[in-house]
Amino acid sequence: MSSPTISREGLGRPIKGPRALTDDWTRFWHLTYNIARNEFKLKFFGSVLGYLWQVMRPLLLFGVLYVFFVLVAHVGKGGHPGERDYGVQLLSSIVLFTFFGEATAGAVRSVVDRENLVRKIQFPRLVIPLAVVLLALFNLSLNLIVVLIFALASGVHPSLSWLELPLILAVLAVFSTGIAMLLSAWFVNFRDIQPIWEVFSQVLFYASPLIIPVETVRQKLAYGKYHKVVRGGVVHHFFTDVGLFHVLYRIYLLNPLVSIFQQFRHAMINHAAISAGQALGGWVAVAEPLAIVLCVFALGFWVFNRSAPLVAENL
Amino acid sequence: MPAASSGQQSLAVAVDGATKTFRVPEERTHTLKERALHPMRRIRHHSFKALDDISFEVRRGEFFGIAGRNGSGKSTLLKCMAGIYALDRGRIWVDGRLSTFIELGVGFNHDLAARDNVVLNGIMMGLSPREARARYDAVIDFAELREFEELKLKNYSSGMHVRLAFSVAIQVDADILLVDEVLAVGDAAFAQKCFDVFNRMRDEGRTIVFVTHDMGALNRFCHRALLLERGSMVHIGEPHEVADRYLELNFGRDPLATAAAEERGGGGEARVVEAWIEDEHGERHTSVAQGRRITFKALVRFMVPVDDPAASLYVLNEEHVAIVVATSSRESERSGHFDAGEQALFSFTFDNVLAPGRYSPLVTLAHRGSGLDLMDRFEGGSSFVVTAVAANGGVIDLPVEVGVSRPETPVQPQVRA
Repeated sequence: MSSPTISREGLGRPIKGPRALTDDWTRFWHLTYNIARNEFKLKFFGSVLGYLWQVMRPLLLFGVLYVFFVLVAHVGKGGHPGERDYGVQLLSSIVLFTFFGEATAGAVRSVVDRENLVRKIQFPRLVIPLAVVLLALFNLSLNLIVVLIFALASGVHPSLSWLELPLILAVLAVFSTGIAMLLSAWFVNFRDIQPIWEVFSQVLFYASPLIIPVETVRQKLAYGKYHKVVRGGVVHHFFTDVGLFHVLYRIYLLNPLVSIFQQFRHAMINHAAISAGQALGGWVAVAEPLAIVLCVFALGFWVFNRSAPLVAENL
Repeated sequence: MPAASSGQQSLAVAVDGATKTFRVPEERTHTLKERALHPMRRIRHHSFKALDDISFEVRRGEFFGIAGRNGSGKSTLLKCMAGIYALDRGRIWVDGRLSTFIELGVGFNHDLAARDNVVLNGIMMGLSPREARARYDAVIDFAELREFEELKLKNYSSGMHVRLAFSVAIQVDADILLVDEVLAVGDAAFAQKCFDVFNRMRDEGRTIVFVTHDMGALNRFCHRALLLERGSMVHIGEPHEVADRYLELNFGRDPLATAAAEERGGGGEARVVEAWIEDEHGERHTSVAQGRRITFKALVRFMVPVDDPAASLYVLNEEHVAIVVATSSRESERSGHFDAGEQALFSFTFDNVLAPGRYSPLVTLAHRGSGLDLMDRFEGGSSFVVTAVAANGGVIDLPVEVGVSRPETPVQPQVRA
């Protein structure tokens, strides 16, 4: 019964089954774009105030943080030149982190939530987390307009270093995409990825230079635990736990968001704020967070690509 | 060696040894905690073979049916062909662009109106965004949803969903259309419209692979069909053969039928040894298609010399109602004298107008004339199944000519009110 009766020449190669990627990249892009666009439209027209909410969220967070940390706790008022326009710097980091949060937390459930597509139609599975990142990118561009208005109103002057913006955003997008692929693929089999990621991104929120600038962290950590002792009328300054604190600082710097946010502050808002290179201790060291970004991306792709053929039956 | 196939003979789909096993975990661990608490325990799986070495091919322009009971693997097969499931073993070729209509819908976003969904689905099936937008009007008109196009899909009824999804699937100009159970939902008018589309596509030479339970549709549309049972191929061939086999599978084989009642009535002067059904060519069957001419035969053995024995056949349905009763005792020709140890073969031939279902035969032997002095009462004949394209609901299906016309002059009812 199984012997072929008609030549299979001319049929080409057998189909490959469900995959993460495709041979038809135009379709891949159209799909990603249209899914993201539909979601964007839903947000825009879905509620009375429409898109205002999307812009309001980072602004509200900014307002709260600004009142408590700047006006009450006097963070960012140390008198360094790098702290000029601290408000705009804070807002910019919040906006970037909002993008990161939307792209990653939004991706966690994305494949599972689109079960009805995945189980019924063949398309490159990677489209799903990528559309989430693209949607977050749409939101980011709108939020960046607010940042721009804020910056210009605060007296930030446009400069040539603004050309670094695409590069900075590209690194951030690659990092977010890597995590988005990883989380969406893992979530299919491990449903507690969602709470774990919520906690983890909370940690990242505080471990990234949003409220506390890198300068402050460096000052407190890079040289060890600071002691000031008055002995016999003479003030002694000295540091202990130098090794431990240095390790803590290096760990802090491993987070690619530190370099990304800080470079944004440096290039876009205030040249006196230290650059990512300065924070890391030399431009060569920038390779470190970049390598992490690329590794996360590669890992995310590998995991997603491996799970893509089976995702329809594991859902 | 050049392929000697003409355009007519070229293949649209070829499946070679397709095998698909699902691993079903005995208990689903969805959380890391469960994993962490029992790190050593291996999750037990039992595997379930949904498709076992399936091979067939669909020619270009062919309308190919896949039939089978629930859980026979037909939807899995379709999903493998559509590239939704990966095969464990085997290969599938698909030559041309595919459009799929699987499990009643193509995954719409319920918060969006028809237009966005139609465009997105068009792109999913391989149209460019511009083409997809251009087809929108045709899609919405075919689905007859023009007046609801502004509505979000969550406010659509399930029938409206299916109509929209089906419209998209047929409007994307695919070379090959994979359809799963489209006729299960939707009203009769839309079902008719789908049939019309199928007919049109068939005439246009497009290839359609069609999964169904509906043997009527299978017979009406398909050029060839495949019957699956528990993941294996049972039959591939003419749709009516497949439909007959399908009905046979559905009715199953009744183990009680062989356990014949040994308590037999009658005086025992003669015994019915065996009773069976034959077709025109003398082949025995336990399943007969409606409309065929069938012959019921009973082999009789005489214990003592008997003059002019007569046999009667009762065909009982599942409610033990005699649907057909026939006797040889009123035949004008006498059957003659039989000595002890001799055999006689009685036959009853009729056009099978029985409604689909299971029947059991009952044969009685008597002396010609009275029919009261029973020699034997035989219920041991194996039961048989009548298969048909559709069950109309009656106990028999006589060929009926149906007509409707408008009377030229009004006809007065002859019943006085």
